[in-house]
Amino acid sequence: MADEPLVLGIETSCDETGVGIVRGTTLLADAVASSVDTHARYGGVVPEIASRAHLEAMVPTIERALKEAGISARDLDGISVTAGPGLAGALLVGVSAAKAYAYALNKPLYGVNHLASHICVDQLEHGPLPEPTMALLVSGGHSSLLLAPDITNDVRPLGATIDDAAGEAFDKIARVLNLGFPGGPVIDRLAKEGDPKAIAFPRGLSGSRDPAYDFSFSGLKTSVARWIEAKRAAGEEVPVRDVAASFQEAVVDVLTRKAVRACKDEGVDHLMVGGGVAANSRLRALAEERCERAGIRLRVPRPGLCTDNGAMVAALGAEMVARGRPASDLELSADSSLPVTDTHVPGAHAHDHDHVHEISKDNLYS
Amino acid sequence: MLLLAVDTATPAVTVALHDGTSVVAESGQVDARRHGELLLPAVDRVLAEAGVKLDAVTDVVVGVGPGPYTGLRVGLVTAATFGSALSVPVHGLCTLDGLAYAAGQDGLEGPFAVATDARRKEVYWARYEDFRTRATEPAVDRPADLAEQLAGLPVVGAGAVLYPEAFPDARGPEHVCAGALAALAAERLAAGAELLPPQPLYLRRPDAQVPKNYKVVTPK
Ligand SMILES: [Zn+2]
Repeated sequence: MADEPLVLGIETSCDETGVGIVRGTTLLADAVASSVDTHARYGGVVPEIASRAHLEAMVPTIERALKEAGISARDLDGISVTAGPGLAGALLVGVSAAKAYAYALNKPLYGVNHLASHICVDQLEHGPLPEPTMALLVSGGHSSLLLAPDITNDVRPLGATIDDAAGEAFDKIARVLNLGFPGGPVIDRLAKEGDPKAIAFPRGLSGSRDPAYDFSFSGLKTSVARWIEAKRAAGEEVPVRDVAASFQEAVVDVLTRKAVRACKDEGVDHLMVGGGVAANSRLRALAEERCERAGIRLRVPRPGLCTDNGAMVAALGAEMVARGRPASDLELSADSSLPVTDTHVPGAHAHDHDHVHEISKDNLYS
Repeated sequence: MLLLAVDTATPAVTVALHDGTSVVAESGQVDARRHGELLLPAVDRVLAEAGVKLDAVTDVVVGVGPGPYTGLRVGLVTAATFGSALSVPVHGLCTLDGLAYAAGQDGLEGPFAVATDARRKEVYWARYEDFRTRATEPAVDRPADLAEQLAGLPVVGAGAVLYPEAFPDARGPEHVCAGALAALAAERLAAGAELLPPQPLYLRRPDAQVPKNYKVVTPK
């Protein structure tokens, strides 16, 4: 049992109500209810609408996942849930449900980190993560480079965006081009018919004196918007496909370049790419190309596992059980700004026998 | 019959166990910001005090509000999840009805009104003929707009206590207690009455603004 724990994971940090069930690194069920269509007319996720939708979808999604997995809840070895980071009210619905479920079934509860879950989900696709793993996480809420010697208790931030997340930039450019929300999929589609070299948009923080692993997409966003406005002001037609392709190229160029550099600098021969933007076809292709050239093995889960889902939370929960990490207690709270270094939220009285690891966790910014 | 009742629609986090005749154990804490942390430990305490396990519960009762959103959902999702895990029915009751019932148990006779704090300078309220009989649908309004139509009536709850100019005859209890909610549910279930579905009474639309056209970035 300890090698292949059966775990149900709940994810409600943003606009997807996700419930996944895994046995060790095997995916048994991945049920997702999304409120994205309701948010589309607002051009972004509205927290209160997301929270209301989570409450409605929570129990039906749990029941659907159990049915899909064909298991009995009594057989579970644990319940895991995204404790943060994310939207406070949205997280609270999932955390409350997970606590009630764990309590009712008398199972251990694991409050886990959303970002670490995005990395761990790849175990369901490509087997156990190499240690350490380098991870590039890109979505509407985050853009980070993380070094993970142990996904259950040692994740180190190497760099992150200093302004907008990569996915946010896609949404904003889509809005400027009147393409609707969310922007990622539509820009990806149009870019396929455009020329990525048509317009030379800037690559943020790519100078020799810039921080090596941080990202910035705000300047790029402004520059693209300005270029479009200039065309419109001159009464010219905006070449939407070329703009989409050139903008997308600027984003994925910086992301992949910095990720590959981090792998080389840290001597890591694996790169994991996750988060909603990892569903972008050009990001996947360019990462593949550059990793191959650098002799790095690329691991990208299928698009459905890159976006937010419960399976990723279950995957990390199963790893917590397998490695004997301490469970959370019933006071577990949702923490909208849970730091990425807190891979999970052990209960107040829990001990981790792995003290050596804790102490050796150096802060890479100091 | 063993009812587990929870309510998180007001600043109170309250849990009670009721055996169909009387309240067996009860817990009430007032902390508007910590519903999520406090509820499950309170359930655990109440069950331990009664010396029973959760799987002995035959029905779950939950206050459906009206209440400010974030806390309200804690009780509702907890009740729904218990219902699913234990395969027992989950019944909803208007939180204001629980407060009215508690006021009746304290000896208040009708007619009266109940008002809870809706924040943003408003109250959730309803009028009652007596402590078992609600006369109006729950609503959300500004206290000053209610002063006239509720003039002369005792008004129960924190929403009344907060606005003494509008509600000069404000009464306790300020917050709902799950014991009263459970007792009311037991009474209604015994009489074969239908309770509410366990769905939230928000009474307000979500705050959501359609963004205006994107901000132009080219300097004028
Ligand atoms: Zn995410």
